[in-house]
Amino acid sequence: MHHFCGRICNRLFSIRTVLLAAAIGALLFAASSKPLRAETDCLSCHSDQTMQDAAGHSIGVDGKKFASSLHGSLTCGQCHTTITDYPHPDQVTPVKCETCHADQAAGLAGSVHSVKAEHPCTSCHGDAHSIFPKDDPRSAVYPLNVPTTCGTCHGNDALAKKHGLPNIYPMYIDSIHGFALSKEGLLVAANCQSCHGSHNILSHTNPASATYKANIPKTCGTCHAGITADYSNGVHGKAVAAGNMHAPVCSDCHTAHAILQPTESEFRMQSTPICGSCHTDKLSTYRDTFHSQLGSLGGYVETARCWDCHGAHEILPASDPRSPVAPANLVKTCGRCHAGANASFVQYQPHANARNRKLNPALYFIRLFMNLLLAGTLTFFVIHTILWLIRSRYDQIKKRSAEGKNNA
Amino acid sequence: MPDLEQAAIGSNEQSHAPDHSVARFFTRFTRAQRYLHAVLFTTFLGLAATGLPMRFSESFWARKFASAVGGFGAIIFFHKLCAVVLTVAFLIHLKDIFQRGIVNREKGVFWGSNSMVGNWKDVKDLFCHMRWFLGLGPKPKFGRFAYWEKFDYWAVFWGMIVIGFSGYAMWFAPFFARFLPGWALNAVLVIHSEEGLLAILFIFSIHFVNTHLRPDSFPMDMVIFTGVESEEEFKKKRPEEFAKLEAQGKLQSRIGQEPATWLINFSRVAGTIAIAIGLILLALTLSAYFRE
Repeated sequence: MHHFCGRICNRLFSIRTVLLAAAIGALLFAASSKPLRAETDCLSCHSDQTMQDAAGHSIGVDGKKFASSLHGSLTCGQCHTTITDYPHPDQVTPVKCETCHADQAAGLAGSVHSVKAEHPCTSCHGDAHSIFPKDDPRSAVYPLNVPTTCGTCHGNDALAKKHGLPNIYPMYIDSIHGFALSKEGLLVAANCQSCHGSHNILSHTNPASATYKANIPKTCGTCHAGITADYSNGVHGKAVAAGNMHAPVCSDCHTAHAILQPTESEFRMQSTPICGSCHTDKLSTYRDTFHSQLGSLGGYVETARCWDCHGAHEILPASDPRSPVAPANLVKTCGRCHAGANASFVQYQPHANARNRKLNPALYFIRLFMNLLLAGTLTFFVIHTILWLIRSRYDQIKKRSAEGKNNA
Repeated sequence: MPDLEQAAIGSNEQSHAPDHSVARFFTRFTRAQRYLHAVLFTTFLGLAATGLPMRFSESFWARKFASAVGGFGAIIFFHKLCAVVLTVAFLIHLKDIFQRGIVNREKGVFWGSNSMVGNWKDVKDLFCHMRWFLGLGPKPKFGRFAYWEKFDYWAVFWGMIVIGFSGYAMWFAPFFARFLPGWALNAVLVIHSEEGLLAILFIFSIHFVNTHLRPDSFPMDMVIFTGVESEEEFKKKRPEEFAKLEAQGKLQSRIGQEPATWLINFSRVAGTIAIAIGLILLALTLSAYFRE
């Protein structure tokens, strides 16, 4: 207490302020006997949590919390450089974080969040007086807190609409990454900044962006190194590496934010149309097969999807002897589901086109015969039955009229 | 000829004021045949209800139905279950025919007026029947089994073999692949689904109307449930058979019991449910078929 009073006596204060400060100081002392590391003379006023400036912004500071924060060793004047006296000057310059954090500020200035008024440092790092290191669970940018922090804006429908962006947060939080992070508390689970970076976030249309299409395999490969190696050996990876941007990268099949566990039925149900969005001819012939007919029904969904036969990441053409759909490997590939598959069994065509006479003549004529049988039988009997109905009804009405009955 | 006199009296009375106290009932189907039909239509409804969602798996109702019953695992299980029961019923029927026609050398199983095998009269009846539809001739006098009934029978017979064989070929594909070429495995699905579709469309529209819903039988022909029909119905629907039995003096041998009220009520409920399910499935099939 003597320390507190001694410092105060050096400055000019009105009686009222002194009394107020003394009262607050006494309260603080009563709450904790530890000495305050922050400048207690500022806190003598600003510890009032209800304090506001002329514009209505809170200018109260929790001295205790600040003292334990990352910047707790700094004095107020080191950031609030223009406030040196009391009464304070009329014009106060905003705090310049870039004075110390020049690299981060430069990154931010070139990023999608460059409009400073809309994206002050505090919008992500939280209250300036309670910033904690990013490995501290209290930090707004602690891995497990990042999605919530970004979600403040990117989980807001109105803001998403204003900027023409999708509302990302709900998609992410229900994804396999979001689940690992929010439910399992996995620090290694990808959070927003794992893929997008933090200060230097660039639009996915910018070739320098980690989320630019050509860079996505590398970005995902930061964690999924093994899968990325497989992918790079496959036809899709090779095509993307060769500059063919029609070929899919990770996010084209798995989506960017709503990533699902691939072995679960929800992903198995949606994976086929994803492949089919490019391979339309293969999708339509697949749709004709029993694999698709059963698989579309959902529930227990272990019927073959595209990647059950073709592989998922290291997709190779049938002409490659390493491919699971290479003729020599078919007995093994089909045999994974069909116990007892033999050389004749694998002659089955999973993409046969019964509508194509040149490709599948036998199937074409069988289908034609069955369709003619169906159409012929039904046409004859529909005519037969309609005529019969008309005639029977006619007789019935005539008979009842003769008997003087109602014809209803 | 007491039969003849009694029949004539009954006929006159019934045509104006049906009198159940003197009405006679004649057996048309044996108990085994009625059970066969019951097993057939129950399993057929089951096969249709589970087969259609697979055939039209992209339609709006297929996935809803599948998830309601427990996914495709449940659908295929019930489909196979119904298939096995129907196969057993079909094999029992084949054994019965073999027993009657080959072992016991019973006459008229494979030919004649009581046989299901088609003959020249059926061709004539078809022609005359169509002529009668257009008002160009008299109504033909049908025998024990009319041509459309024989068609129904052989359509099911052919369907059993074709759908059954193609179905088992898919079920046990690796086994069938030992003696079938690879492309046959593609063909069996086309055959199974097209023939199944034909069976469904035929039974739920043509068979329903021809046998149950047409004015003469509306709302349903109870004879397949009760096994017997009234003398009036017998004479009206199968005059040739009635006349033949009368002439041979065999009418008495076909006299049956008047069906019990519970049996009639039970049959009405079961038959109405079956027809209702069939008509719903028909509507869903047509909606999916024309949307494809």
